[in-house]
Amino acid sequence: MARAATTTDAFNAVAEPRRREILDALARGESTVNALVEQLGVAQPVVSKHLRVLREVGLVQVRDEGRQRIYRLDAAPLRAVFDWLKDYEQLWTERFELLDAVLAELKQPETE
Amino acid sequence: MTTNDRRTTVSTPTDTQILITREFDAPRHLVYRAYTEPELFKRWWHANRAEVTAIEMDVRVGGRWRYAARALSNGYEFEFYGEYREVVPNERLVSTETFSGTPQASAMDTVTFAEKDGRTYFEMLIEHQSKENRDAQLASGMEDGLQDALTLLEGVARELA
Repeated sequence: MARAATTTDAFNAVAEPRRREILDALARGESTVNALVEQLGVAQPVVSKHLRVLREVGLVQVRDEGRQRIYRLDAAPLRAVFDWLKDYEQLWTERFELLDAVLAELKQPETE
Repeated sequence: MTTNDRRTTVSTPTDTQILITREFDAPRHLVYRAYTEPELFKRWWHANRAEVTAIEMDVRVGGRWRYAARALSNGYEFEFYGEYREVVPNERLVSTETFSGTPQASAMDTVTFAEKDGRTYFEMLIEHQSKENRDAQLASGMEDGLQDALTLLEGVARELA
C-alpha cells in the first residue's frame, strides 16, 4: 500500500487534531484500537494510521497481551514539544496583547 | 468577541513550517499599519522581554527590513532582518527572514491580513529550509528560561568550586 509522507517528529504528530484526540484518550488510560474506534467514532484504518505515526515518533508504546495489542501514551517526548511550542506561543501571545492595545488606540480617532 | 477568539495559536503544518494565527478586534488596515510602521511596531514587538533598539522597514518589493533588540533578562543583543518579496498593502506581505544568531539559515515569511465584520484574521506562515532551522526557532522561545537556568547553574558551580 502506498504510504503518504507523514510526519517525522513529535511536533507535527501533535499538530494533527485527530492525533491529539487519540493522545487525550490514551492520557486517560491505555487502550486497544477497537476501544479507540468506539470512543472517537472514527474508522479503524484511520485510528490505526494515526497510532502508527504516534508510535514512530515515540509518543505511543504498544504491547501484546494475549490476542490484544494494548496502546499507551509515553508522555516523555510530549513534554519537550509542549514546552517549546508553549513558550514560543507565549512569546507571540504577549506580543499580540500589546498589539491589541496599540490597535485600540488607533481605532479611537476613527470612531470619533 | 470572546477571549477565546483572540487566542494565539502556533502550529507546525509540516516539518519545516511554523504557523501563527490570531484574530484582532480592528479592521485590517489598522493591523497592517501597526505591522508596517516602525513607531507602532516597536510598541508591541518587544513582548515585554526585550528592549527594541532599531526598527527599519522599507516596505516595497526588494526593500530591506531589520528589527534589533536587547533581551531584558541577560542583555543578549539580537537582530532579525530580511527583504520584502511581495507587498500587497493591507493584505499580504512576503519577506525573507534571517536571525542574527544563525545567519546561514533564512526563512520565508508570508503574512496575511483578512478582514471580516471589521475584525482581522492574522496569519503568519514561516517556511524554513530545514527542520533543524525550524526547531531552532521554536526553541528560541525558551531562551529566557534557559538563560535563567544557566545563570543559576553557573552560580551553583561557582559555590562548589
